[in-house]
Amino acid sequence: MLLFCCPSSSRAAHQCFRALKLINRDCLPSLRISRCASTASVPRITTHYTIYPRDKDKRWEGVSMERFAEEADVVIVGGGPAGLSAAIRLKQLAAEHNKEIRVCLVEKASQIGAHTLSGACLEPRSLEELFPDWKERGAPLNTPVTEDKFGILTEKSRIPVPIIPGLPMVNHGNYIVRLGHFVSWLGEQAEALGVEIYPGYAAAEVLFHEDGSVKGIATNDVGIQKDGAPKATFERGLELHGKVTVFAEGCHGHLAKQMYKKYNLRENCQPQSYGIGLKELWTIDEKKWKPGRVEHTVGWPLDRHTYGGSFLYHLNESEPLVALGFVVGLDYQNPYLNPFREFQRWKHHPTVQPTLEGGTRIAYGARALNEGGLQSIPKLTFPGGVLIGCSPGLMNVPKIKGTHTAMKSGMLASEAIFNQLINENLQSKTKGLHVQEYEENLKKSWVWKELYAVRNIRPSCHSILGVYGGMIYTGIFYWLLRGMEPWTLKHPGPDFAQLKPAKDCTPIEYPKPDGKISFDLLSSVALSGTNHEHDQPAHLTLKDDSVPVSRNLAVFDGPEQRFCPAGVYEYVPLETGEGSRLQINAQNCVHCKTCDIKDPSQNINWVVPEGGGGPAYNGM
Amino acid sequence: MAPLKVLVGVKRVIDFAVKVRVAPGGQGVQEQGVKHSLNPFCEIALEEAVRLREKGDAAEVVVASVGTRQSQEVLRTALALGADRAVLVEVPPGGPALGPREVAAALSRLVARESPHLVLLGKQAIDDDCNQTGQLLAAALDWAQGTFVSRLALEAGAVRVQRELDGGLETLRLRLPAVLSADLRLNQPRYASLPSIMKAKKKPLELLPLPELLGCPPAPPRLRVLRLEEPPGRQGGQRVENVAALLERLAAAGRI
Repeated sequence: MLLFCCPSSSRAAHQCFRALKLINRDCLPSLRISRCASTASVPRITTHYTIYPRDKDKRWEGVSMERFAEEADVVIVGGGPAGLSAAIRLKQLAAEHNKEIRVCLVEKASQIGAHTLSGACLEPRSLEELFPDWKERGAPLNTPVTEDKFGILTEKSRIPVPIIPGLPMVNHGNYIVRLGHFVSWLGEQAEALGVEIYPGYAAAEVLFHEDGSVKGIATNDVGIQKDGAPKATFERGLELHGKVTVFAEGCHGHLAKQMYKKYNLRENCQPQSYGIGLKELWTIDEKKWKPGRVEHTVGWPLDRHTYGGSFLYHLNESEPLVALGFVVGLDYQNPYLNPFREFQRWKHHPTVQPTLEGGTRIAYGARALNEGGLQSIPKLTFPGGVLIGCSPGLMNVPKIKGTHTAMKSGMLASEAIFNQLINENLQSKTKGLHVQEYEENLKKSWVWKELYAVRNIRPSCHSILGVYGGMIYTGIFYWLLRGMEPWTLKHPGPDFAQLKPAKDCTPIEYPKPDGKISFDLLSSVALSGTNHEHDQPAHLTLKDDSVPVSRNLAVFDGPEQRFCPAGVYEYVPLETGEGSRLQINAQNCVHCKTCDIKDPSQNINWVVPEGGGGPAYNGM
Repeated sequence: MAPLKVLVGVKRVIDFAVKVRVAPGGQGVQEQGVKHSLNPFCEIALEEAVRLREKGDAAEVVVASVGTRQSQEVLRTALALGADRAVLVEVPPGGPALGPREVAAALSRLVARESPHLVLLGKQAIDDDCNQTGQLLAAALDWAQGTFVSRLALEAGAVRVQRELDGGLETLRLRLPAVLSADLRLNQPRYASLPSIMKAKKKPLELLPLPELLGCPPAPPRLRVLRLEEPPGRQGGQRVENVAALLERLAAAGRI
């Protein structure tokens, strides 16, 4: 593949030297010669301007890079439960105090709820605080939990585990929801209160004042070709300025990743630990349908050292619907592990398959989730901005619930922000307001107490007893002592560093999908409704195009072709000569963020594609 | 040449990337909560109209849709893409789906009200693939029609269009007023930028109930959907060793 147009010849030369050092000289194909002075023997994969800046790119000479700007009081990035709760709370406070504040919310999905994916069992605690009259307003909480079952699976059978009151996963009083529909409803409430919601526009860049505080965000540019050159329809994004910017991007947000570095927000916390959650919706045989039933399992097909488990919820809808899925902790060690195929083979378990027999799969999707708990929460505020929701990571892992804490964090942030906005005597050191009271109030709230009580459960699974050690720990320390033990366990390190080299691990034999209960990857991706405008630079950017083959494939046998739930990453044989190259099928991406988390070389940097692209989930 | 008034008809359809499901009852498809967007061919028609106005050939671009109140979303998008004014001919939700005959009847009444010189439509909607509304409308108005337009040029009192047909390209000169339907290669539509979405909120969007436009209760649709089903699942292919074996298999299946 030819390298056309080197944006910066010295950068390309450096890449060339690195590539030549890493690639075995005997394998260098003789046909890989480019027109440019510097020769890179690695096919060019990344064309995104975050890796190849446009001010050094000849093709962008003379193109106007001017942007319009709009001024708001508060800018919110992300239209999920946290972002929308924050928006709603701000408008509620404004109405109470008879003040006018302009709240603008941007969301990369084409409609609110289209990128939302969760189990989910909702604890209505935060909803009750936000809208005590949620029932009259028609919030779609249609399935109260009636039955709660937990089991440990072995290859052929199931060991039931009683759920005694006091254990974190008791679901009495909770509702099974289709979170996408709940978020959609929240969006309607927000619009009715006057929040300006702009779906289909992704926040692509954070803007800063001269004093280093956050000024706002800029939405994505549109009209860039796949090779990075401008189209005739090129247009710059819009700048949205706010006194405070609320970052509510969900698990592992790409702008939050930049904020951690810039403001050193992670210097006193553990690295975040994650899981990948895959989910399907099925219509099943009416006779097997038990609306309100919640089922969780651990054990097979995962071994005790791999954290994870399944969920199966029966929804009370107009047709017999179940939501089911599988979570795999991303601190797994075996690079041959394929979370999608673990999910597919779990469905064949003798206690799961009968429920699905005769049913039809109607939806599929995946998303990463936080498992780090309290230890991994970074600093939440910085001049001009705050982090809320799953972005810093407020999920209660043993309860498997993060929506209620996300919503509460949004509400607390708004209350603290509002107080600063109406304070006429406020003396701020920076132009962007630093709302430290939000973090102080969150630490005094029930959210912190709850997360403190369960902080040691997930890390207790790192011992030689694995997940069963965690269950024993939960039984003793959580059930009896409610997490009052004086120590706080640590995580062994970031997830991406836990992968062992492929030569030290055994490949896993996965059964072939049968097309009735289990399915292949591509037909699953089609069900997510995901799509992106194809003529744009791939938004899965590589800091170094040579690393996938030279390190990921060579040492770890290319784990990205296994952990991506959408088939974005493929190692294909080179057209000429020996060896492979990485092919990135960016159009398939479902925005789960797993690759950015688990890449052992941390070479993949996920950035936002053109707004509106991505999955089209309906009530996931 | 005096600047023209252009009317563009658009439709809100299920987004092309969504996997469609038959709704329980077998009478339609699952629409609740599903991602919808502006029909791609309507977007192309709108883009052409906006370009005419930007060139100075058109003075006003009015965009219209016939549908339930949710169609406001695509009309707002159309306003953001450059239309000056929008009209939603509103029908109550839950009724039978409107077909080209009903839409053409409504649009012809709208044309009588607005008096445009040119009506631009997409050649077909991607949900029903009917490809009839433009033709029916032209007949109802007794206007010239140019369908499958891939190139358009205005002249004094007329429009010269290039049509993409199965046999090749045909160029026609049509006297105005005319109805045109846009094909894929007419243009590459622009993106709706966020500033234009914000400005579009201030542009007028009129809600006009269908009975009010018609001046009488609308006639019931003449087509009724009997049944809607998924296509049969794909059967695996079978390999045969040689031609003799192929003939044997075909004979056994009663095909020869």
